[in-house]
Amino acid sequence: MTQSVVVQVGQCGNQIGCCFWDLALREHAAVNQKGIYDEAISSFFRNVDTRVVGDGGSISKGKICSLKARAVLIDMEEGVVNEILQGPLRDVFDTKQLITDISGSGNNWAVGHKVFGSLYQDQILEKLRKSAEHCDCLQCFFIIHSMGGGTGSGLGTFLLKVLEDEFPEVYRFVTSIYPSGEDDVITSPYNSMLAMKELNEHADCVLPIDNQSLFDIISKIDLMVNSGKLGTTVKPNSLVTSSSGTLKKRHKKPFDAMNNIVANLLLNLTSSARFEGSLNMDLNEISMNLVPFPQLHYLVSSLTPLYTLTDVNIPPRRLDQMFSDAFSKDHQLLQADPKHSLYLACALMVRGNVQISDLRRNIERLKPSLQFVSWNQEGWKTSLCSVPPVGHSHSLLALANNTCVKPTFMELKERFMRLYKKKAHLHHYLQVEGVEKSCFTEAVSSLSALIQEYDQLDTTKNMPVQDLPRLSIAM
Amino acid sequence: MSIVTVQLGQCGNQIGFEVFDALLSDSHSSQGLCSKRENEAYQASCKERFFSEEENGVPIARAVLVDMEPKVINQTLSKAAQSGQWKYGQHACFCQKQGSGNNWAYGYSVHGPRHEESIMSLIRKEVEKCDSFSGFFIIMSMAGGTGSGLGAFVTQNLQDQYPNSLKMNHIIWPYGTGEVIVQNYNSILTLSHLYRSSDALLVHENDAVHKICAKLMNIKQISFSDINQVLAHQLGSVFQPTYSAESSFHYRRNPLGDLMEHLVPHPEFKMLSVRNIPHMSENSLAYSTFTWAGLLKHLRQMLISNAKMEEGIDWHVRPPLSGLPPLGKMSLNKDLHFNTSVANLVILRGKDVQSADVEGFKDPALYTSWLKPVNAFNVWKTQRAFSKYEKSAVLVSNSQFLVKPLDTIVGKAWNMFASKAYIHQYTKFGIEEEDFLDSFTSLEQVVASYCNL
Repeated sequence: MTQSVVVQVGQCGNQIGCCFWDLALREHAAVNQKGIYDEAISSFFRNVDTRVVGDGGSISKGKICSLKARAVLIDMEEGVVNEILQGPLRDVFDTKQLITDISGSGNNWAVGHKVFGSLYQDQILEKLRKSAEHCDCLQCFFIIHSMGGGTGSGLGTFLLKVLEDEFPEVYRFVTSIYPSGEDDVITSPYNSMLAMKELNEHADCVLPIDNQSLFDIISKIDLMVNSGKLGTTVKPNSLVTSSSGTLKKRHKKPFDAMNNIVANLLLNLTSSARFEGSLNMDLNEISMNLVPFPQLHYLVSSLTPLYTLTDVNIPPRRLDQMFSDAFSKDHQLLQADPKHSLYLACALMVRGNVQISDLRRNIERLKPSLQFVSWNQEGWKTSLCSVPPVGHSHSLLALANNTCVKPTFMELKERFMRLYKKKAHLHHYLQVEGVEKSCFTEAVSSLSALIQEYDQLDTTKNMPVQDLPRLSIAM
Repeated sequence: MSIVTVQLGQCGNQIGFEVFDALLSDSHSSQGLCSKRENEAYQASCKERFFSEEENGVPIARAVLVDMEPKVINQTLSKAAQSGQWKYGQHACFCQKQGSGNNWAYGYSVHGPRHEESIMSLIRKEVEKCDSFSGFFIIMSMAGGTGSGLGAFVTQNLQDQYPNSLKMNHIIWPYGTGEVIVQNYNSILTLSHLYRSSDALLVHENDAVHKICAKLMNIKQISFSDINQVLAHQLGSVFQPTYSAESSFHYRRNPLGDLMEHLVPHPEFKMLSVRNIPHMSENSLAYSTFTWAGLLKHLRQMLISNAKMEEGIDWHVRPPLSGLPPLGKMSLNKDLHFNTSVANLVILRGKDVQSADVEGFKDPALYTSWLKPVNAFNVWKTQRAFSKYEKSAVLVSNSQFLVKPLDTIVGKAWNMFASKAYIHQYTKFGIEEEDFLDSFTSLEQVVASYCNL
């Protein structure tokens, strides 16, 4: 079994990360009744004997003593990380795995990337190496950050290059929160554009998510919960937005519900690698199957169901509804409509009591309404994990490599150009050492090239599929 | 003589478990419909082939379990131990921490060489335990990374290190609509490599077995467990002890050798498929009776019309009348009409088996012109019934059954290859475009050969 390390960068990254660890503990507590440190837990947690001082405390088997998250927390302000360390999760984090500063990056990618990057490069390397050493077989780094700010965006993407050089064999999965239309950070288009170039070049796989979509999902859930449809009640703990016991009291912060959705995404993504099932899917299979060309590594995700009704016997129709929902634009974690764009590849990761016939029936049913690229007409990757998420009997995570990400990127470029044409706030970036106009122009061409690729694929959308002439053999 | 089974990857290990379980259950079955002495001889033969003995009498499967990540092997070992009837050897498995990522190149070029010694050493130990060794039965899927890539590598190694032993590869053909997106690439790479290093490829298609579960077994929510059990049943009815045609005094000693001898007369034609009749849920079985005439008539038509199971057979398909000129090159574009065979083997088990009339299978029109039916067709009859079926028949066929599926896979892989999609994932580990082209060429050759029968 392999291990993964989570690197949470910036305010957004750390807040999401915190929710993730909370939910991960809850999930493992529900599955692992006997308190034995097994391989599933070891993928995200170390087992440490806290009585031993220094580094010798790792225990590889036997009863759980004290679980430590395989995480590195990075923020250039202290506020968020301090809060985490004073909160109920403080024992889960290893205090040596933090990197903080006081002044913050001022919502400036250049400060995060160039200034703090060079300042903290050695420390970052050291912490990463340490966390890798604690792993038997490190498979993946999960980086969580936002694109619009300064630290998550700048320092978060600086990290990618470091990881690529230092650990070339380990996958880099990046969960990136893209700014919404009404973002209150004025410079977010600059930050996002500059970060995009790094994501294009140094990430193996990116899961773009935006706040607007998360917010819409929350509203939808609230509507459902509060509408009090006759005879149905929502199961407690089954909301994709709910937290476990530890964070309950402080739940009322506005972003918590949204962050929990992202945390659930990460849990479901890794479930088939951690738990058993009849058709397993490891993390390296995600990249293998969903990234047909190295540059096209942006995956739109959707999670269903959002909540479970206390209906114990769920007939197949409900199950099928889960599959239909996964393709509706209301369930995507990005403002995107995959159903009306072109699929390059699609992965369906199912958890719980679902069998291969259910999966096949739904694929057959939904296929006709979806458009796949000509060379990948049956581009489905599927997995079945026997362990459902907490509070559900089954769930589905759909990952789509689809041209529906194009509008997001085009909008990003547009917002960027509006600022850039006027040279607004540009001096804040140019006055940082190592930043020149060329950084901006290169970033723009990188994004334009990517949009171009999606464009070309889109033109093939409605063309009839032709079989190419085959090799002919002389008999 | 004993067979050593090598189970590779998730699929191979999940199926392997079901196979050994089916073999042993049948062996212990009380409904053999034969004399006690007969039954004991059957059990002894089955044991010798597939199991070795331990001190406390629990049979140990003659198997080596290989996977690049631990979850499935752990599950397989514990399921076997839980059955109480048999188990796997304690040190019979080889496992790593990180899987092959559905990447044939990774399985073949990275895992293969890296773990060659350990895996071959495990296999050698298992072979040494056999008093008399018949050959290898290698279970793998084509779609994934370990079963397919590492499977191809291991088979090649077996050919080098055991040149005089037989190898039969049991290959699982994936569902047409994806389980794995790169399954077509992995499949063509696997098949082309195995065609060179294996002696016979016994194929099971997920789509076909799925239909059997749905239509014949009436299972509502079909799981992989169900599918694997149907598969195991078919394999069991092929591999359980049978009498030789010449002498009805003892069971055949060399099952793999006999299978190869009868079914693979020419190295260009190695693809074998299995069809069995009858097959139904236990509930229905209680209410059914069969005659050999009926069963064999259906089985023959299944062969001729390329039916995968006993339901939905097309009775309009007829073999060409003898004496008329041959039908000419088979066209892949039209619906496959008549299925020409290279060789067929029918295995009959159960009550009154000696009275079963297999003349219908000896019609020269069923076979290609360069083999006479007397060489192309064989039948093995055994009194002892199999797995609760009073009468059961299984057909192992080397015929045009698999041409269409093979052609489909090659076509899809070719279309994807033309766009160069995913190729970077393979070249990363040393499988270049040239290797793909070689594979395409080999397989087009196989398709053409079968079409020209």
